Amino acid sequence: MRKEVRLSGSGGQGLILAGIILAEAAIHDGHEVVQTQSYGPEARGGASRAEVIIADEAIDYPKVGTPDVVLVMSQEACNKYARRVKRGGVVVVDETNVKTVPDVEGARVVRLPITDIARHEAGRQVTANMVALGALVGITGLATPEAAERAVRERVPKGTEDLNLKAFRLGMKRAREALGAT
Amino acid sequence: MLSKAGTRLMQGNEACAEGAIAAGLRFFAGYPITPSTEIAEELALLLPKVGGKFIQMEDEIASISAIIGASLAGAKSMTATSGPGFSLKQEGIGFASYTEVPCVIVNVQRVGPSTGVPTAPAQGDVMQARWGTHGDHPVIVLCPSSVAETFTLIIEAFNISERWRIPVIFLMDEVVAHMREKVVVPDVSRIRLAERPRPQVAPDQYLPYAAGEDLVPPMADFGSGYRYHVTGLTHDQTGFPTTKAPEVDALARRLDAKMKRAAPHVTFVDELLVDDAEVAVFAYGVTARAAAKAVRDARAQGLKAGLIKAKTLWPFPSEHVRRVAERARAIVVPEMNMGQLVLEVERASAGRANVVGLSRVDAEPITPDEILAKLREV
Repeated sequence: MRKEVRLSGSGGQGLILAGIILAEAAIHDGHEVVQTQSYGPEARGGASRAEVIIADEAIDYPKVGTPDVVLVMSQEACNKYARRVKRGGVVVVDETNVKTVPDVEGARVVRLPITDIARHEAGRQVTANMVALGALVGITGLATPEAAERAVRERVPKGTEDLNLKAFRLGMKRAREALGAT
Repeated sequence: MLSKAGTRLMQGNEACAEGAIAAGLRFFAGYPITPSTEIAEELALLLPKVGGKFIQMEDEIASISAIIGASLAGAKSMTATSGPGFSLKQEGIGFASYTEVPCVIVNVQRVGPSTGVPTAPAQGDVMQARWGTHGDHPVIVLCPSSVAETFTLIIEAFNISERWRIPVIFLMDEVVAHMREKVVVPDVSRIRLAERPRPQVAPDQYLPYAAGEDLVPPMADFGSGYRYHVTGLTHDQTGFPTTKAPEVDALARRLDAKMKRAAPHVTFVDELLVDDAEVAVFAYGVTARAAAKAVRDARAQGLKAGLIKAKTLWPFPSEHVRRVAERARAIVVPEMNMGQLVLEVERASAGRANVVGLSRVDAEPITPDEILAKLREV
């Protein structure tokens, strides 16, 4: 098993943190893992990208090629990355920020108002990355919910654990509902 | 608690910092530069917790000068930088090499020359790491290809530098430095640590550059009662300058012999499927990861491929290359430069195998498919 995940959006959305937490959850589940990210001017305000590889065996080449799972949290990221997904893969779209989704062949597209869920249901827009993480876990089973919750609790700033876990659980629940509806 | 034993997600630069402390690092002086900055950030947090010292210096030359001074006073010392800073440190590296002061210099390679592409990976400093400072001089160069290997290999870097009194260049690349991977952190109290040889004689009988059979002179800590002179000028056994031909010759030859004596103890190479390999790859750093994938893919397609992964770049692992070259018809050498160690592979294989370079210099790492295509072609 080798699963490649790309989390893309804008700088400031917390996607690198979400990638780190996903990677830590996968370690708790007993998997091998590599997490990489894009550096440079594009990390400031413009497009931001974190990537995670989860595997059962030692990971030779650490860079993501064509991912199995793609999260797009901005229109720009959607335009750039939504089509670059493996056949049979899944694209998770934050429809709060993405208005137009190109045709994606051979992969499932799941739309969720991720940033709106964070803002109105979790109570803080800044938790959109945790809603997204919950959605990814709920849809793909990349990590067990237990491992992911432990990773969230251990990595987020002290005092914000409950808020972040609430956002994570909302994301997982809404994603599963969306799956059930399709 | 530092470096608690257990399994953790760790960044390459973080593993470098924590591994260094596990190795006994207690003095770091540096000037931050991408992509090495997290090493300084981590050590600024961690060193005070173990009674160590962290200093952000005014520039790179001051940084290497400070770690040489700290090492002379008995502390295990390190600095970290990237290409532009590494160029500046060459003068100090020559001084440390000639005065036999143990220290570790980390260079996280980025695209160069000059300011280059600060955030992108390269392997362009391989020759500079060996020959960047002037004159014949001993220096050892290690190169990790994963986060876990960074942790264990930086410990070797300190052990080697202390044991042999030779500066060790720790040559990372931007990919290994910035990625996060699973690391199984060992129980730090059980790691074997080397110490520099210290004098067994009274201070008035101490000759600071008189070496015994192992060619490594005992080294007294400054401030411990042993007074001696340290100079970058050619020196005799007392440490004072000399221009006498036999003494000039003796120092040059002892330092060279010391490097050769150390070689078998400091040459780390991993071999993958080389025993029956008809084609082989010689690779290092993150490129060795792509090479391992390419070799497995080639095998799956029926092509008998193998990999020589060098963790020690200098002294160059000539013997490993020679052995593989005796059987393989070709050796592919992928590098994120225009061809540096490929020349050493050619020298070591001495016409036995066809040696073919594969250069990528567009600020992106070499992919397994590129190496596989070359393996199928040769």
